[in-house]
Parts: sequence; structure tokens; C-alpha cells
Amino acid sequence: MTSALKPKHQRLILALIALAALIGAALLAIWGLRSQASYFYVPADIRADPPAPDRAVRLGGMVQRGSIRTEADGVTIGFVVGDGKATVPVRFRGIVPSLFVEGSGVVAEGKLGADGTFVADNLLAKHDEKYVPREMQNMTQDQAKQVVAETR
Amino acid sequence: MIAEIGLAALWLAAALAGLQLLAGSLGLTARGEGLAGIVRPVAVVQGALCAVAFLSLIVLFCETDLSVKLVAMNSHSAKPFIFKLAGTWGNHEGSMLLWVTVMGLAGGFVALVEKRLPEPTMLATLAGQAFVSLGFYAFLLLSSNPFERMPVVPAEGQGLNPLLQDMGLAFHPPTLYLGYVGLSVAFSFAIGALVTRQVGPAFARAMRPWVLGAWIFLTLGITAGSYWAYYELGWGGWWFWDPVENASLMPWLAATALLHSASVLASRNALRAWTVMLGVVAFSMSMVGTFLVRSGILTSVHAFAVDPERGSFILALLAINIGGALTLFGLRAATVTEGQRFAVVSREGALVFNNVMLSAILGIVLFGTLYPLVAEAMGAKVSVGPPYFNPMSALFLVPMLIVLAIGPLLRWRRDSFARVRPMLIVPALLAAAVAAGVAVWSKAHVLPLLGLMLAAGLGVASLLPLKGRDLRRTPLSTWGMVLAHFGVAVALAGMASESAFSVEKLVAARVGDTTRVGPWEVKLDRIEPVAGPNWTALEARLYASYAGSRQIEARPQARSFWSPPQQTSESALVTRWNGQLYAVLGEEADDGRWQLRLWWKPFVTLIWLGGIMIALGGLLALVGRVASDLKRFVARDRIADRRESQGR
Repeated sequence: MTSALKPKHQRLILALIALAALIGAALLAIWGLRSQASYFYVPADIRADPPAPDRAVRLGGMVQRGSIRTEADGVTIGFVVGDGKATVPVRFRGIVPSLFVEGSGVVAEGKLGADGTFVADNLLAKHDEKYVPREMQNMTQDQAKQVVAETR
Repeated sequence: MIAEIGLAALWLAAALAGLQLLAGSLGLTARGEGLAGIVRPVAVVQGALCAVAFLSLIVLFCETDLSVKLVAMNSHSAKPFIFKLAGTWGNHEGSMLLWVTVMGLAGGFVALVEKRLPEPTMLATLAGQAFVSLGFYAFLLLSSNPFERMPVVPAEGQGLNPLLQDMGLAFHPPTLYLGYVGLSVAFSFAIGALVTRQVGPAFARAMRPWVLGAWIFLTLGITAGSYWAYYELGWGGWWFWDPVENASLMPWLAATALLHSASVLASRNALRAWTVMLGVVAFSMSMVGTFLVRSGILTSVHAFAVDPERGSFILALLAINIGGALTLFGLRAATVTEGQRFAVVSREGALVFNNVMLSAILGIVLFGTLYPLVAEAMGAKVSVGPPYFNPMSALFLVPMLIVLAIGPLLRWRRDSFARVRPMLIVPALLAAAVAAGVAVWSKAHVLPLLGLMLAAGLGVASLLPLKGRDLRRTPLSTWGMVLAHFGVAVALAGMASESAFSVEKLVAARVGDTTRVGPWEVKLDRIEPVAGPNWTALEARLYASYAGSRQIEARPQARSFWSPPQQTSESALVTRWNGQLYAVLGEEADDGRWQLRLWWKPFVTLIWLGGIMIALGGLLALVGRVASDLKRFVARDRIADRRESQGR
């Protein structure tokens, strides 16, 4: 009797172990996503409810006209990102994307510093009409027009 | 005319796929037996017609026939020939046609050469392949017709995205698609085996070469894609956990698991249901990947157009194919009989463990890739990047690599750790020594440290299966396994070394200035304008010298394309045996200084070298398997002949 049950047994145990491991992976994934996903902010969100200083976030908005300044080292730039309601100063060290220009949209990846300046490690700009960072698609429709109109 | 030939061939192929499905299904019943004979020829002709359609599109692109909408939207007469050719699949419609073509050719090829399976299973398999193909034909013909004409012929085409105007485009998508769609064969085999309840070693042996072939192409495609992103994007990274990259990684993970479980089923007659399940999952992941990339739900350089209708269409296809296959699996899984048993400590045990780990990593990647879409549907915009993927996948990768070092040394069915322990002393000591050395001499983080340690241990352990064997008599498939596993260690060493030891320097340099980065001294000699066929550029002449040795020239460019108007930055690479110098030219500052970004990346090339070794290992295994199968066939034929002559 027992020997007849055994094959089924091993199969069941294998399936259960595999299932437990996969559920474990899923739970871990959910936990990891909650703590590690980086949220998208526009300047108004940052003013209303700033993210924790060590949390990686993305900041999207329009580069305000006349705001781009290059520092003395030649590779650090400062500029202001706005969404028509609020503005956030951004610092970035690196080579800017080719279509990064004043009056155009940008998504900055980085962290909000203690002094309220956003320190970006990476800038995503519009490459061409076919390649737009995902967050900027809606932004260019909803906000960009009024932003551009106001900054003109 | 050529466009019409292509379109007609495509419609005919679709009709034949319908016939193949009908004849294959009816051929399984007693009354429709007469139809069974036409299934194989129909599959072959269907594949040939797909090839005709695809060749037509290639001709249209090479001739820059602007009366065809797809060509006018995506090509330009001034483009170099190779990019005209590669532009065929550098857009949504063309790449979907490539998909359908590969699928048709794979089905035709299976119909032509696969003789190992019982005929009913073969019929069900080809019917399954036709069913999946039909969905994609419908998608292509109804919502993405590549041969549509323009009402008015424009004077000039709109050109191809400059980021795609690179040699990488010529090879990367076709390779990847051969892998993606090659897995459709495994999917159809699984369906066929479920329908006729013929899940066994013969099924696994028949499926294995097809999985291996697809897996080799996937491995090469991912490796090439990674190198392409590395030098073309100019960000110095080689893997970005971009959803599109993940879309290619997920089928690879599933196919890797499938490959190993199929080999357990083939040689030990165990893991029956699990192998069938993986056959379904692997191609499902290919389809999920296509959905992510082609639906426009993600925006990246790979998403050529945003069209919600297409997204819904692919989503429906996904639901029908995956849902249908899983339902069939649910109905039939209980009737798949139990295979041979084995002890926990055995070759099978190790393979099962790694299968579960691969599946867990697949789950981690799948969750991370889909989460932003789910979150966006609920109104939150998030992105998921390396801070999630790296530690989460490492959690499962590390135990997997340890078992990978031990598994091939274990015997089938039953073994003990005590037997293999003496063999593992050397790799374990080496791993410990590397870990200690790295921890003391560098400021590497935990993950790169673990990576270097495991790479050292695995590198030695992966060679151990050859120990004590007569190397000339070792089967080719064993050589393949050893090479592929050693390749894993090599690639891991490259990844860990790049992450632990890379040095980066970002400067604004005047002409004549010299910048130090790691052991390199890089002099900015001059900046000059250069011109290409459809672009102009500013080019920096850099003279780089490694630790005082001879100067090597490097020429990074900032390119401006004029159709479509866009700028790209062309990085320059200087490769040595022990790593690469990576240079990017930025903008000119107001005071005449030029931005330069330089990296020294020790042993970064091992990443892709390892990838190539993994693929080559797969190729050796494939050649070995096919050769031994052929030998067995010839022997069986000879025995049959002899019996026949003796009978007379």
C-alpha cells in the first residue's frame, strides 16, 4: 500500500517545494517593488509631499527658460524644472542628452537633497517624436502646453 | 508589383495555416485520417510562402520603393545599403513579418525533418503550430499590413531612427527572433504531446534539439543586444533592466530551465509534467515580450509606434494562446504518468533545484517588468530599476550558481555529498582566496564580491566533469555542457569585475589637455568636423596610452543626422586583453573646453565572451545530439534491412 503511494508522494512533495519557492519569490518581489520602485514626481508633487531624501525618484517637467547654468568645472550644470505650478532646482554632473534644451521636457532620475535641490544621476530628454520617456507622454499633452505658454 | 506578390504570398500562407490546422485536427480522428497525409507538405509550402513575402519586403526596402507606405515611413534613399536592408525589420510591421516568417519556416522545417515522434503527436504538433501562426497572420494582415501602398508617392522617405542605424541592427533582431519564435516549436511539441498523451523520453529527445537551437540564438541575440546597447547608447552600461531587455531575458530563463528539464526527461524519464509546462511557459514568455515591445505600452527605442489597437490585438492573442495551453495542461496534467523517482542528492535533484531557481528569477523579472504597468493603471507612475532587480535576482542566482558548480559532478538517481566533496575542495579554496583578496585590496560592494568569488569557484568546478576522462572519447554534448557552464563563470567574472573595478572620469578638457583615468592617460589632441553619408559630426582625436605604453588613437563623435534630424553620440572603445577604455564626447562649454567622459572597465569584455562561450557550448551539444541521433537512425535502418533480407 505504502509503496503504491510513494511515487505520488514524491511528485506531490516536489510540486509543493517548487510552489513554495515560487510563492516565496513572488512575496519577495512584492516587498522589493514596494521598497525599491522609484516614483514619478512633478515639481508640484515635490512641493506638496517631498520624497524621503535617500529615496530614488524621477522628476519630470519643463526646463525653465534662461535657467541652465554651467559651473566652473565645465561638467556640472544647474537648471530649474517647472510644471506651471511649482519649480524645483536640479543639479546634474555629466553629459546632457542632445535634445536637452531650455523650454523642453526632461525627466531627471535622482534624489532630492536636504537643501531642496534635486541631485540627478541621469537625465532623459525627448530623443525624437518617436522616443519619449513614458512619463513625458502625458506631460507633454496635459501640462507642457500651459507650461510653455506661461514661460514664454 | 513586388508588394502585391508579397501580400498575396502572405494571404496564401495564412490560408494554408488554416488548412494545416483543419487537416491536422481532423487527421487525428478516425474519419479524417485521409487528411493526415497533406499536413506535412502544407507546412513546408506555408514556410516557403512566408519566405517569399519576407524576401519581397527586403527587395522593396533595398530598392527604396517609396510607393509602399512602410518604406516611405522608415527608409531614405541616401541611407547606406546595409541599413536599407536591415531597415526591413527596423520597424513594427517588418519585424512582425520577420516573426511570422521565422514561425512558418520553423514549422516547415519540423514537418520536413522530424521523424522521431509518433505520427499522431506530429499531427497535433503541426496543428498547434498552425493555430498559433494563424493568430499572428491575422494580426499582420488585419492591423499591420507591411505591403500597404501610399495614395501619393512621396519625393523622399522619412528615414530610420539614427540609433538603429548601426551594424547591430543587421544581426540583433533576426538572431533574437530566431530564438523567440524557435521556442514556438517547443510550445507546439508540448501541445501535441498533451493532446495525444505522449509525454515521455521520446518526446523530450525530439524536442531537445529544437529548444537547443532556439536557445543558442536567444543567447547570441541577448549577448549582441547587450554589447550594442553598451557602445551605442554611450552610457557605459551593458544591461539596464529595460523592459525590452527583460522581454528577451525572460524567454531565455524559461528556455534554459526547459533545456535542462528536457535532458532529465530524455535520459531519466522524470519531470514529465514539469517539462511540458516549461515548453508552454517558454514561448508564452516570448509572446509576453512581443506584447510588451510591440503594443506601444512601453516607450523605448524598440517601440516603433504607439497604437492601442495593436496592443489589444496582441493581448487577445496572448490570452487565447497562453490561456488555451494552460487549460489543456490543467486538463491533461493529471493523466501524465509519474516518471522515474530519484533521491534529493542526485543529478536530477540538482537540476530540479536549478529549474526552480531559474523560475524564481523569471518570476522576479516578470513582476518587476509588469509592475510599472499595473501601477500606472492604478494611477501611480513608477519605474523599477537596478535597485530592485540586482539584489532580488542575486538572492536566487547565488544558490543556483553554487548548485551549478556541484550538480554536473553528481550521479543520476542517487549520490552522496561525501563522494563529491574531495573534488570541490580546490574550487572552494580558490573562491575563498579570491573573496579574501578582493575584500582586502578593493572597496568592492557585496554583490560584485560575491560575483568574483562564485566566478572563480564555478570556473574551476565547471571543468571537473572532464577530470579523469579520456578527452578524445568524451561525447560532444559533455564538452558543450562544460563549455557553457565555464562561459557562465566567465560572463559572471566580467560583470562582477566591471561593477567592482570600473573607474570613471568626467572632465571639461581643453585641446592639448591630458586626463588620467585608471592606468590610462588620455590626451585630447584636436576636435574636427567629419561627414558621413547621412550625417555630419564633430570628432575628437584622443591619444590614449596605457601605463606609459604606445599611444592608441580613439575617435568619439557627436553625430547629427539630417533625416530624421537627431543627434547621437558615438562612443569610442579601446580594447586591451584586460579591459576596455570607453570614451564619449559631450558638448563644448562656453570657454572652449570640451566635455569628455572616460571609463576604464577592467575585463568588461569577458561578459560578452562568456555569452558567446555559452552559445558555443549549446552548439556543441546540439551537434553532438543530432550526430548521435543520426547514427542511431542509420543503425536502426541497417538492422531493419538485415531483418528484411534474412526474412526472405
